Order: sequence, then C-alpha cells, then structure tokens
Amino acid sequence: MLLLSECLEMPPCESYSDARENENVTLNRGIWAQAFAASSKRDADFTTMSGVPLEPVYGPDDGEFPGVFPYTRGPYASMYRQKLWTMRMFAGYGTADATNKRFHELLAAGGDGLSTAFDMPTLMGIDSDDPRSLGEVGRCGVAVDTIDDVADLYNGIDLATITTSMTINAPAAVLLAMFVASAENGGTPRAKLGGTLQNDILKEYQAQKEFVFPPRQSMRLVRDTIAFCTSEMPRWHTVSISGYHIREAGSTAAQELAFTLANGFAYVELAKQSGLAVEEFAPRLSFFFNSHIDFFEEIAKFRAARRIWARWLAGRYGAADERSRQLRFHTQTAGVSLTAQQPEINIVRTALEALAGVLGGTQSLHTNSYDEALALPTEAAARLALRTQQVIAHETGVANVADPLGGSFFVEALTDEMERRAETIFAYLDELGGGSMLEGVIRGVEDGWFQSEIADAAYDFEKRVNKGTRTIVGVTEFFEGNDAPGPELLRITQQDERRQLDRLARVKTKRDESAVQASLRSVARSATDPELNLMPDLINAVRCHATVGEVMAALGESFGHHVEVPRI
Amino acid sequence: MATKILLAKVGLDGHDRGVKVVARILRDAGFEVVYLGLFNSAEGVAAAARDEDVDVVGISMLSGAHLTLGPAVVRAMEAAGLDTPIVLGGIVPNSDLAEIMAAGIAAVLRPGASGEEIVETVTSVVKARS
Repeated sequence: MLLLSECLEMPPCESYSDARENENVTLNRGIWAQAFAASSKRDADFTTMSGVPLEPVYGPDDGEFPGVFPYTRGPYASMYRQKLWTMRMFAGYGTADATNKRFHELLAAGGDGLSTAFDMPTLMGIDSDDPRSLGEVGRCGVAVDTIDDVADLYNGIDLATITTSMTINAPAAVLLAMFVASAENGGTPRAKLGGTLQNDILKEYQAQKEFVFPPRQSMRLVRDTIAFCTSEMPRWHTVSISGYHIREAGSTAAQELAFTLANGFAYVELAKQSGLAVEEFAPRLSFFFNSHIDFFEEIAKFRAARRIWARWLAGRYGAADERSRQLRFHTQTAGVSLTAQQPEINIVRTALEALAGVLGGTQSLHTNSYDEALALPTEAAARLALRTQQVIAHETGVANVADPLGGSFFVEALTDEMERRAETIFAYLDELGGGSMLEGVIRGVEDGWFQSEIADAAYDFEKRVNKGTRTIVGVTEFFEGNDAPGPELLRITQQDERRQLDRLARVKTKRDESAVQASLRSVARSATDPELNLMPDLINAVRCHATVGEVMAALGESFGHHVEVPRI
Repeated sequence: MATKILLAKVGLDGHDRGVKVVARILRDAGFEVVYLGLFNSAEGVAAAARDEDVDVVGISMLSGAHLTLGPAVVRAMEAAGLDTPIVLGGIVPNSDLAEIMAAGIAAVLRPGASGEEIVETVTSVVKARS
C-alpha cells in the first residue's frame, strides 16, 4: 500500500489515481464520512426548492473537510445538518425586571439562548449609587449591583437548559460568582450551568476600554475563573475571546483575526502556566467575531481563524484532542456599519452580514436591530432582527451544505491571505514577548501598540469615506429619504435609575453588614496572595449581598487601577 | 494662530474610535488638539479647558447619558467662569436635540458627520462666540 505522502510525490499517472481510490478511508473524505455518519441529524428536508437532493458537503476526496483538521471548512462534520446555529440575541436595559421581561419575549419568539448586556457602571465595576454612575444606570444595558439583581434577571428561566452569555469583563469574576450563587440559591448546582462569560480583558485595553485593574492583575482574575470553571463548571465557557470590539474600534479584518487569536494564545499560555493541561481548558474557550459588510472578506476571516487555531493548538501548544483544536465562535453583525440615516437600510446590511456569518460556519449569531445607530432597540426591532436569522435558517437553504464556498478560487485565496497577514502579526508579538505570546500581548497593550494600530486603521477608513473611495449608502451618496421621520425609539427614563437606586438601598438595609464587611476583608486579603484562587472568596462575598462595587474596591486595594495614557 | 480645541470622553463610556478620528481630522485641518482621554468628569473637563486656555471644547459620549452629562459639562464650565463653546459628539436622537441645545451645548455632531462637516461646525461655533 502506498502512503498518501508518497503518492503526492509521484507524477500523476494510472497507478497514482488507483492508489488514491484504494486509500479512500485514509483520505479526508473517509474521516469525514465516518464522523458524519456518527452524528445526529436535525429533522429537515435537505433538497433544493425544486427537489434536487443535496450532499452534506462538496469537494474532492483528498481536499479539506469540515470536522477534519485543520477545520477550515467547519469544526463539525455535520455542521448545520445536525443543529442550526444558536440564535442568541443580546439584550439588557433598565432594571433586572425589565430585562427579564425582554428575555422571556425573546425566548417566546423562538430565540434559544440568552445574552446579557450590562450597563456602563456594572461594566466598570461600580455601583448604581456611585456619583460616577449618574445618568448611566440602566442606560445601555441592565444595572446589576447585587445578587438580588441577578436573581431577578434570570427569574423564571431554567438555567440548566437555557444557556446564558454574560458580556462582562473587568468584573467578570464577580458576576460569575453572583451567577453561580444565585443559581444555587434557586436549586441549580453549578456543575449544571451552561453558558459563556466574556471575560476577555485583553481586548478591553486594546479596544473596548472598559478596564479597571492593570493588565497583569486582571489576568490573575482570568486565570482564577478558568481554573475554577475547569474543576467545577464543566459546561461553562470560561472566556469568549472577542474580536468584535477590536473591529468596531476600527481595525481591519486581518487585524481583528490576528489580535483576537493572539489574545487566545495568551490565555492558553496563562492557563498552562497555572498548571492546567491544554486539553482540560482549551475546549471551553470560545470566540466572538464581528461580521462586517465586506461579504467575502468576512467569510475568509472565519475560515482562516479555524485553520490558524487548529494549527497553533496542535503545533505550538501540543493539544492532543480534537475539541481543543476546534475553534467555535459566536458572531455579531457590525454595529459600526449601521447608519442613523435611513435606518431601514440597516435591515439589509444586517441580513447580508448575518449571511456571511452563516456561510462562515458560525455556532451562534446575534443580529443587530435597525434602530441601533439611534438608541437601544425596541422590542419590535429586536424581533425583526431575530426574524432575519430565521429567514436565513429556514427559507434560503444555505444551511443545507457545509462550507458552501469552500473550493472557490477567490474564497480560498482570500482565506490564505488572511492567514498570511495574521501570521505576520503573530511573529511580531512573539518577538516582542521573547518567545511568549502571553508576554508579547501584554507588552503590546502596555506600550499602546494595539491601540495605535487600531486607531490608525480607523482613521485610514474614515479618510477613504471622506474622499469618496468608500460609499456608505445614505451617508456619502443616495440621500433621498434622509429627511423622513425616524422610527419610534426605546426610551430609558430617569425613573429606571431611581428604581435601581431604591432597590440597592433596600438590599443594603436588609443585609447583615458585619458579614458583608468580613467577606470583603477576606477578598482583599486573598487578593494579595497570587497563589490563591479568588473565586471561593468572591462567591462568599456576593452571597452576603456585597455589591459589585464593594467587591471590586476590595480587589483594587492591592491590584491598583489602570490609567490609559491618552493618545490620538 | 491655530484654533485650540480640547477633546474628551466624559463619563464611563469607553468608545473612543469616534473622538480619536475627530481629533486627527481636526489636527490635519490645522487645529491644535488637546486630547484628555477616557473617563473624565464634567469638572475635570472644565479644569482642563481653563488650564489649556482652549477656544472650544468637544465632548464625546455614545452611552446614552448625553442628557445628564452634556448639561453637567455646561454647568461645570460656567462654575469655572468659562464661556467656551461646547460641541457634543455622539448618538443623540432627534427628540433629544432641542433639550441638549437649550441646555447650552453649541452644536451636536452625530453619526455619519463628514470630515468637512466636523471642521465647519467647530469653526463656526468658535466664530460665533468671538
């Protein structure tokens, strides 16, 4: 028998093709076919509208296949034939009660996962009654101060079956503690909880800018959450490594890809340093990408991301199992592509961006609402955004075949180009870190390198828009209709802020103050010893109804605070 | 002499793409730009405006807190004895425009404003005040 590698060195002739036929089971198609046969299938008709039967995937027998290393064509052999992507709609505004109502509406409308948006004070780890929170409470997300708010937020939702994503970073460990403690108060053990903590602090310094502690201290909290979840919450995704915000802040597609994966490598090295084996934690890392308006570039980016992750996890980090090498990701359509002018056009943009996410093989998807360049979405606008996904899933037929663009000369070349550009950036960071991606990324943050790269790219894009080399419909051309009255917008009233302040005051008068203070002292003490895992102390403090702001202040005593040097 | 502008993010909002792009547009148009960075209080903006002796102040917020923080900056500037015009950039719905302008904000720049529009707006509020 000829080995495949020997075959490839032989000139194409009769014996070469014969050998290939005989080797079928060792070829990628054989590996794929076995995995495909073993997976369950959803109950749907996989034919075209006119009745043409469709294969689950197309391509040459020795080509790449979904579910086969390096996973360029998808992490799973069966992709959407087994299960459609999760339609996970991001929501949060006002008080926990109001957001809970929106969650129930989204689930009733056919959404199948929850994603929580927190308000600015919560993201910054301060309380609603902090003077800095004035005017921001419940404004662009839900206000959470204590475990009581978390209980209201997920009231009536079965946390053992509905997965929950929490978009929180600097205080992520504190919110995780609240979620665990609240679920256990409601009778769901932590081991049964499924969901995702964003917990990606690196991109906060680079792009989103909702940081609190300095980078190295923040990374200790990330390490503690990874270690805690690895041993106690097997269904939980510990970090959602996010390119979304990097892109929104102005990066190019290749920078989004490279910075995000470099951050991922940094978390892998961090967890390995703490003594965990890569196979223990890597399967619980997930990714979160932006789907912008340049259709094919986005698809190429998603495909390149899977290939790079697989190659690095197998090659550099020695991951022995498939699950550690498979990159799985959530997608959100690009908020920054939405326009305040003729906002209805945003419905079209979002549909195209969502389609790119699906053709790129996303595992879950959030579609933006058309009114989001003006305000937080109304219920009707959020429902329309969900309906957009349902049209793609159930009417267009694009979910019938895995990686339908694989093999396109253009898409394959663009995928290779994305990978090549990302590798150039990895080489720079690896050198910056003296052979450590963890050190390279942290230094890049501390030096402001990422921040400058992103700002440069944002300005470059703006110049092209201003010069007219990039057209934005309704903004740079095609203005008819811009004067039409806009849609009815969601109003967050000052009343929500007052209600939250009242609620926090009530919790503070009811709680056992000496227990709170003791629990906070314990948090502060443990923070000074980097060998300790902080999660047990955090869970204890939030159980005592300590607030997010109080716990963060206790950590800050020894962690200090990060101040960004202002650069244009 | 070049027109001097102070640019700042006010409040807890970290979205700084817009303000940085505006800073570069104005710098390239010949303005002297002082960028104060993230997480400024209204009082901090007023103190910097006084210390830097600027001709105009630009504040950026995309968090929906403009009806609270916009007027707060106006009051802090008044308290510091300054009548420097203030331009607010960010996501401001039509229905909030009248209230923002009545509170003493000189101009509002919203999503999609072109480089030309930004330069014109800032130039005209400075001219109107002098």
